[in-house]
Amino acid sequence: MEVLIYLIPIALVLGGAGLVAFLWSLRSGQYDDMEGPKWRILDDGDLQENSAPVEAAKRKVS
Amino acid sequence: MSAPESDWAAFVTDTGNGKAHMDLAVDGITCAACMYEIERGLRKLDGVENARVNLSSHRLAVDWDEQTTSPAPIVELLQHLGYKAYPFDPAQVKSRGDAVGKEILRALAVSGFAAMNIMLLSISIWSGNTTDIDPETRSFFHWISALIALPTVVYSGRIFFRSAYMAVKTGRLNMDVPITIGVLLATGLSIWQTIQEAEHAYFDSAVMLLFFLLVGRYCDHLMRRKTRSFAENLATLKAESAAKILEDGSTQNVPLSKLTAGDRVLVRAGERISVDGRISTGTSEVDQSLVTGETLLQSVQQGDLVYAGTMNTHGVLEIEVTAAVKGTLLDEVNSLLETAMEGRSKYVQVADRASQLYAPVVHAAALLTFIGWVVMGMDWQTAMVISISVLIITCPCALGLAIPAVQVVASGLFFKERVLLNAGDAIERLASVDTIVFDKTGTLTLPDATLSKKHGLSADQLELAGRLALSSSHPLSQAIARATGAQHILSDVKEIAGRGVEAVVDGRAVKLGSPAFCGVSDVQLNEMRTQRPDASFVAFQEGSEPATLLPVGQFMREKATETIQQLRDAGYNLEILSGDHTGAVKYAADMLQVADWKANLKPQDKIDRIEALKAQGRKVLMVGDGLNDAPSLAAANVSMSPVSAVHVSQAAADAIFMGDSLTPVMSALNISRKARWVMNQNLIISVIYNLLAVPFAVLGFVTPLVAALAMSGSSIIVTLNAVRLRMIAGASTQPNEKA
Repeated sequence: MEVLIYLIPIALVLGGAGLVAFLWSLRSGQYDDMEGPKWRILDDGDLQENSAPVEAAKRKVS
Repeated sequence: MSAPESDWAAFVTDTGNGKAHMDLAVDGITCAACMYEIERGLRKLDGVENARVNLSSHRLAVDWDEQTTSPAPIVELLQHLGYKAYPFDPAQVKSRGDAVGKEILRALAVSGFAAMNIMLLSISIWSGNTTDIDPETRSFFHWISALIALPTVVYSGRIFFRSAYMAVKTGRLNMDVPITIGVLLATGLSIWQTIQEAEHAYFDSAVMLLFFLLVGRYCDHLMRRKTRSFAENLATLKAESAAKILEDGSTQNVPLSKLTAGDRVLVRAGERISVDGRISTGTSEVDQSLVTGETLLQSVQQGDLVYAGTMNTHGVLEIEVTAAVKGTLLDEVNSLLETAMEGRSKYVQVADRASQLYAPVVHAAALLTFIGWVVMGMDWQTAMVISISVLIITCPCALGLAIPAVQVVASGLFFKERVLLNAGDAIERLASVDTIVFDKTGTLTLPDATLSKKHGLSADQLELAGRLALSSSHPLSQAIARATGAQHILSDVKEIAGRGVEAVVDGRAVKLGSPAFCGVSDVQLNEMRTQRPDASFVAFQEGSEPATLLPVGQFMREKATETIQQLRDAGYNLEILSGDHTGAVKYAADMLQVADWKANLKPQDKIDRIEALKAQGRKVLMVGDGLNDAPSLAAANVSMSPVSAVHVSQAAADAIFMGDSLTPVMSALNISRKARWVMNQNLIISVIYNLLAVPFAVLGFVTPLVAALAMSGSSIIVTLNAVRLRMIAGASTQPNEKA
């Protein structure tokens, strides 16, 4: 039963991490638009475009 | 006449470093392609740093560099792309942030996390209890559960505690009172049991209860939020701004919120007046139909009061903005509205009514259980545990979900029928309606004037009249131009102010204007007026031939006759209450075959009539749009407004319907009746669940495991039953549409 000493905190920390992640996503406005993002993943028009946000994204990736 | 310079500065927020931000409502976004088009188009614009469309709320957020660009080209580009856009007032955007929704969602997340973790421990205990768990381990698990549950109850439960406290303080009883008692008792009992190192603790029940109830609460909130967000977009897209006259005499378009009493604004011919005020210079005739329901034009001059929502037909007016003045129509409407609103808050929602019956019964049952066991010789602690378990298992978990879940499904169905709900309980109130009172102007009829289909002109003449009408800014001319679809303006058109327009085409003079301008005799005009009391007349004359009178007016909405017929067939009592003159109301009532109608009514008269109907035990639905309807909208049991209604009326109405057709009124009533049927089913399911569970609880057989199963089981059943509404309502609204 000593194993519980590790298992329970691990379970709580994992659950807590999920909770924190949710609260963070809520705060950063990820639930503001439930409609748009599912279409955005299908849009690859930005690949050819030479605009500022794309450049910024590339810089971040590299 | 050039358009006044727009004052975009009022809409822009400075985000520092020379960057600026603006939120806009965008009209015309229908699919994801529009979203790409707008975003890409804007990003190509020099200086625009970020543009993001919110596809669910149809709003656009733009950030740009103030050195490189300004708001004007952004709005222009959107217009060029084919989207009408108008910025939000930043002060309003801030206060509109969905703080309540986020609070509920956070509480929901916390209780969800807690429920899962406690359940993990609870299941271990339950399975351990039947095998070989030793008391120390169980006690240890209970303590950990308590450690998770206590902060959760405080954090997630405060939404209910607060509402219950408010209710008790004002001497009412709402559903949050038994919820609060249940949750607090379950938590308190569990802590007591944990200290006693007893076998059973109900932490999982307490937290799961909060989780399910918060789901219901969030559903409820989501529905209202959706309506509000759309209503705000509509209000913003109406671009309620005014041309303010600056000190140097130039004009600038400013949002209404930036105007204060004493400012002067300019209103050109054919523009809607957007403020309440007194005319400081200029004379004109104004169309007050949106305000009083009166369709005849009223002449105004210097010193007269004009109201927001009226239309300036010709002549330029300079208006000094005034606050609501004592004794004016607006003041009267406001005070009537206040009284009517107070009366309305007395309505008790089904869920609260159910809990008013329910709370005393279960609390009495719990008390009797306690007394019964003590009398039978049980020690008081065990008896207390059993009686509290009665309260835990009867805590209105299913009841808390039963109504909101149906409301959410129903509001989705309403939305498909182009009806937006302002209040969640509007569904219940719509379902009980037996009498429908319509306003005429703008409600049964369209809010904008159009040319009657029976005009007696040939196609060529009609086109000519339309092209001639393009040169005039008078609303009646514009109605003709719209109706004919004319696009090419005639050259050398002479406008004679207040009379009409004339031009020479192929050597012949053509005239369009007032009947007198085209030489129509009063006798002929009066004869036409008796034939068509619902119309105003514009005369058209070609050469020296006798002039033709074109009836222009606010005619019936699409499908008005069919909808009225359907409503009558469905057994509703129909009535028309209008502020318009008798002739026009009688004409409309005869056309729709509505026997009960009253004309020339003041706002107070409309309220009196509705109160009289209510006193007879009728449940009244009021459908109206004008400023004069606002108090009666609030006085009726339930109310609807078309989307073209004035601000005050939309705020007072329980539901708003979009589009030019009257059919949403019928579909709203249909859906609400089905929704109420499902709500009642859900309430019955909850009651049956309690009838089954309570005897077990009273006898002391309810362990935490039984409580958890019963609670989640009943919650899931009522939710699934609510979803079923989509099928039964979807199946039966289809044939109506075809009819």
